[in-house]
Amino acid sequence: MATNTNHINTNNLVIKTEEDTILKLLEEVCDPEVPVLSILDLGIVRNVKINEDEIEVIITPTYSGCPAMDMISGNIKLALIEHGYKNVKVTSILSPAWTTDWMSEAGKEKLKAFGIAPPNPTQIVCDTRLFAESEAIQCPLCNSYHTKLISRFGSTACKAMYQCQDCKEPFDYFKCH
Amino acid sequence: MQYSDSIINKKETEDKGSSLTAPLISGGERPYLLHLADNNLILAQRNGEWCGHGPILEQDIAITNITLDLLGQARNFYQYAALLMNGESYKLPGPKAPFIPKAKGMERAVGEVTEDSLAYLRTEREFKNLLLVEQPNGDWGQTILRQYLFSQYQYLLYQQLQQSNNEQLAAIATKGIKEVSYHVRWSSEWVIRLGDGTRESHARMLKAIDELWRYTGEMFVAVSYEIQTAGEGMGVDISLLKNAWLAKVGEVFQEATLPIPENVFMQTGGKEGTHTEHLGYILAELQYMQRTYPNASW
Repeated sequence: MATNTNHINTNNLVIKTEEDTILKLLEEVCDPEVPVLSILDLGIVRNVKINEDEIEVIITPTYSGCPAMDMISGNIKLALIEHGYKNVKVTSILSPAWTTDWMSEAGKEKLKAFGIAPPNPTQIVCDTRLFAESEAIQCPLCNSYHTKLISRFGSTACKAMYQCQDCKEPFDYFKCH
Repeated sequence: MQYSDSIINKKETEDKGSSLTAPLISGGERPYLLHLADNNLILAQRNGEWCGHGPILEQDIAITNITLDLLGQARNFYQYAALLMNGESYKLPGPKAPFIPKAKGMERAVGEVTEDSLAYLRTEREFKNLLLVEQPNGDWGQTILRQYLFSQYQYLLYQQLQQSNNEQLAAIATKGIKEVSYHVRWSSEWVIRLGDGTRESHARMLKAIDELWRYTGEMFVAVSYEIQTAGEGMGVDISLLKNAWLAKVGEVFQEATLPIPENVFMQTGGKEGTHTEHLGYILAELQYMQRTYPNASW
């Protein structure tokens, strides 16, 4: 498992080292606002370091003001302490800035199953032009691409509100960021 | 927010006379960081007044989402400012030092500067935000215009700040600009919608311009700490952004059928602590709890 990447997913995690064991435990820590996603699915875990007398988990916030970060770092500590680790430290770093491209494929599937349209890859359709609509946001319920932006801001900073024009169901879209 | 035990230990052995009101400011970087933070905090506080009062639910949610982004950026700047003020070794423009704050920890040593003490325990004269961000919400049009004028400025500022030789400032800007580009897009769309909307909405936008334009000149008049930090490669030479800002605002105003005012006397002073009467009231509300019950926490 690479340990010097920008983020860590566990798509193909084979447990070889102590760090991998810890990562496996972190799969139990969820995003409190989107509870189907683990913090590894979300791509906010940067690194796990085993220092002399402490475990350090390095994470990165999704948005500057994400109110879930304090709870997430608390839950990381709790998860590791429950499994016998002592002296767990959670460090938050900003750079490089998190992007939805770091979300795992498994995470995107889970989002969709949960009723939230997963983010499109940023290099394809993140459009910052005025009044431009991100094209091809797929309805997570009926799979139609015939959908409409209702509001650029949704129930949390990371989501926008859409409505499917075919099945008429409103849904959240996890904005590409 | 606590950074490391060594900071606290060091603090205890240092001059005990220092407090928040003592001169914390040595180099230009500290007031500069506070200026950047205060802009975000005060605008967040103003926008937060809309919470539950937005014209429609979606836009209520939008303005409070923007507020959350601004608050998050303010925290990033305050946390870094607090770190510097607590005497963490810090050199400019020397080699980049790793910045690794602790994620959480509430114990506070006596006299320690924290993001909270910077927000809750400074007086009006110590705040360095732009006059623009402290102006009252007015109607929805005035709030929208204030947001747009500021976001357009902040976008250009962060664009440059990403190139800062200070790693942490560059990181905060790189993180923040993704959020600010949403703010620019949302607020400029609203300026156009209202300016080029009905006779009533157009008239209200004209009134909003009349109220707010006089506070825009200050953005591009560099004060001492901006000049100093720009010279060191940490800050942004803000005066260079004026034309780009005017051009962008001009495009949006044109589409909104709104005029760019000419020959307006520009008010200044916010960046150096001389504010309009509004800031005192904002702080009275913002700081009430900590002032009344010192060190109260959740």
